[in-house]
Amino acid sequence: MKKPLTTETQRHRGFLCFALLCVLCVSAVNPVSAKEAAPLAQDEAVEKRMVTITEELRCLVCQNESLAASRADLAQDLRREIREQIGQGKSDKEILDFMVGRYGDFVRYRPPLKGTTLLLWFGPFALLLAGVAGLVIILRRRARRVAPANLSAEEQKKAEELLKLGESELKP
Amino acid sequence: MTRFLLPLGIFIVLVAFLAIGLNLNPREVPSPLIGKPAPAFSLPRLHQPEAKFAPQDMQGKVWLLNVWASWCVSCRQEHPILVELAKTGLVPIVGLNYKDQRADALKWLDRFGDPYTLSIVDAEGRVGIDYGVYGVPETYLIDKAGAIRFKQIGPVTQDVLEKTILPLVAELNK
Repeated sequence: MKKPLTTETQRHRGFLCFALLCVLCVSAVNPVSAKEAAPLAQDEAVEKRMVTITEELRCLVCQNESLAASRADLAQDLRREIREQIGQGKSDKEILDFMVGRYGDFVRYRPPLKGTTLLLWFGPFALLLAGVAGLVIILRRRARRVAPANLSAEEQKKAEELLKLGESELKP
Repeated sequence: MTRFLLPLGIFIVLVAFLAIGLNLNPREVPSPLIGKPAPAFSLPRLHQPEAKFAPQDMQGKVWLLNVWASWCVSCRQEHPILVELAKTGLVPIVGLNYKDQRADALKWLDRFGDPYTLSIVDAEGRVGIDYGVYGVPETYLIDKAGAIRFKQIGPVTQDVLEKTILPLVAELNK
């Protein structure tokens, strides 16, 4: 026999409430174990700084994700590492250097400006400039090629008549 | 004629750039550790947890540090190559068992063969972070002075072994 769906969900909810209550009881009785789970992650200031730093860093396992957003195992380890370094009072720069020293400039979404990254930083602008220059050259050449037409007096008159005719036809 | 040659030229250059770019492996990020001293550590050994191993123990030898794990699928791919390499005795291989369970790791070695002079346990992956490990398996070639000379990201293939690793080992052993 099938039970109606509503009682099913109600039972479900009841169970969830019960489970939640159990969890709450356990954590109330033994608050130490809850603290041990993530000691530094609970410090809001540390967490905030960790997130600002890791948002600037690439997760090398899933390269399109930041270290802050990635759920990869390595990303979790690195977040733990960075939390600990914040706890040790390291500056943002020291933490960045730690990461770059191990994984290279590639971990930074904004790599530093230096010899090997010049093309990366200025390549797009160079391409844009080349494009604009090419466009200007082409437009100038075209302007030169289309020489002003030398009309005789008769042709001029005919042209004006035609223009007038066109205008009168356009009027409602 | 130049009217057509110029766009064609630009197009060919573009295609060449794309062809090169698409054939590069984005997962192979050059390691900043090449040429630098191998980061120090002291880790318990897999078979004798009470004994420890540090890179200094290999001072004066050219050796390979191979990062592996029983959960790592591509490790299985390179494993027969390492087992064969160990048989030749050309270069000692130290295994860094990365974020693994000891029992699983031992079982894995029993099943597929143990090419390692010794294996060490990096259960939390902290040494892995120091070595810039981001995709197991990874293999480091370390020289007599303890500097990293080469890093293979991903499985060691026969090709890489014969064309890069072994010639480099021979050169460093001179």
